[in-house]
Amino acid sequence: MKVFIYPPNSMILQDLVERFGHTPLALAKEIERRVNDPELDSPPMNITEIDVKIGLKYAAIEVPSGVRGRLAMFGPLIDEAQAAIIVNNFPSTFGCMACARTNELTIYLIKQKKVPTLELDYPTNEEEVEDFVSRIKSFLEGLK
Amino acid sequence: MIKIAQLSCGNDYSGIQKEIEKAAETVGAKIVFPDVDIDFDDAVEDFGFNPVSPGLKLMVARAKALADKTFEADAVLIATCFRCAEGALIRNELRRYIQKHTKLPVVMYSFTENTKASVLLIRMEALVTIVKRKDLLGRERQVGITMGLDSGSATTKAVIMQDNQIVSKFWHPTSGVLESAEKAVSEALKLANMDFKDIEAIGTTGYGRYILGEHYKAKLVQEEVTVNSKGAAFLAGRQKGEATILDIGGMDNKAVTIKDGIPDSFTMGGICAGASGRFLETAAKRLGVEIAEFGEMAARGDLHKVPMNSYCTVFGIQGLVSTLAEGHSKEDVAAAACRSVAEQIYQQQLQEIDVRYPVIQVGGTSLLKGLVKAIGAILNTEPVVPENSQFIGAVGGALLSSGFI
Repeated sequence: MKVFIYPPNSMILQDLVERFGHTPLALAKEIERRVNDPELDSPPMNITEIDVKIGLKYAAIEVPSGVRGRLAMFGPLIDEAQAAIIVNNFPSTFGCMACARTNELTIYLIKQKKVPTLELDYPTNEEEVEDFVSRIKSFLEGLK
Repeated sequence: MIKIAQLSCGNDYSGIQKEIEKAAETVGAKIVFPDVDIDFDDAVEDFGFNPVSPGLKLMVARAKALADKTFEADAVLIATCFRCAEGALIRNELRRYIQKHTKLPVVMYSFTENTKASVLLIRMEALVTIVKRKDLLGRERQVGITMGLDSGSATTKAVIMQDNQIVSKFWHPTSGVLESAEKAVSEALKLANMDFKDIEAIGTTGYGRYILGEHYKAKLVQEEVTVNSKGAAFLAGRQKGEATILDIGGMDNKAVTIKDGIPDSFTMGGICAGASGRFLETAAKRLGVEIAEFGEMAARGDLHKVPMNSYCTVFGIQGLVSTLAEGHSKEDVAAAACRSVAEQIYQQQLQEIDVRYPVIQVGGTSLLKGLVKAIGAILNTEPVVPENSQFIGAVGGALLSSGFI
């Protein structure tokens, strides 16, 4: 199944989803494609005016361009999602979209999809880490 | 190479980073990002404002690196997404923080996905000039015989100075950049009773500065933020101490804070004609009076008698004129138009800098007494309007170019 992860650039979540046999809907591949695309010339992310306008599908024109630009990338991933894992209260090193308003809207859009969703807090000690991984494992194994 | 430290959020996802870097490169500067620890918490706590967005936390950490001098830069660009409330709060507080802890010149900008290098160019050029030409900008006396040319969007001005005195001046409406300048130059020379070969150095500024600079082999070709500030400080006799220069132009507005004649922060408008001299020009036309007479009329009117429904050049002026039918006088309508421009400038621009006193109002619009009165009312001060205030750019050009003799 295609599993959207939040934060979408978390390498740990991406790895866990892959390990348990599913396809992560993560940002890394999209960013890699953009960074390496020789046709585009707006480094480092190669986001263009057109991309930001694509974001209008998810957020209105009054919304800051940075939010719309981010949603131009995350939005299509959310559209594809068949399941989702949302981690709350994570530090920037775990994954970071830099913008709190984008975070709020992204979580709302995932919840609106009504797909099987696992929501959990970022672990702060070893015991919580074990529980964190175990819950993700059970969730992913239970997806058909 | 001048290093401009960029403190920003949303720029990559708005796809405008290339434009920022292009503008910096065009003026011989380089955009740099202060190195910071991945853990921003200490920086944010020290700053005292804890934004929710990690991108803004990163901006704070980068600003702290500049304040602590753990990262060296020559100037600062603070930029966040247009319409981001949290970004706007942080942007302004960071600007104060940088100015309190460093002597770096700062410029702020709120961008959209449509922001292009050309919009940022004049801001970058001014930042670079402030850093690179500090000695030149420190010049307080004009020497020899020099000419300043200010090619503005509405008028082209020429001033000839000799031994720290203005010996002649002439302005002409801008139709073509070169044709208008040729007219202004020849008339200024005629008035000074001089030949072109008598001029030892020329300084050009304004929108047509590059064309004129090349044509007249100018020694100085410089954007108007720094040149106008210099001219204003000279004309107002404020070469020492602090002041705010307010230049409401035909196409854009500049508000510059200066210390000892050198700009240290500035803001530029230019998105809406409703906040420019064009608004008043259009209002004067609708009232059927000349712009100079309009300024006098507005000064006689009551700033608050006529209600304003819109700042828009089309709808606002239409609304103002229709109040004539309700029995309001032309004087009060003209005063309301001036108040409209003053309010917009206050709301959009003066909020972005720490206004320092005195406020020196310059440019062609400073001759409109009603507008000066409206600005004074909103800032609770009496703006200083120096003699020849409409020639500041040309005077600044003549003064600074004498440094090349």
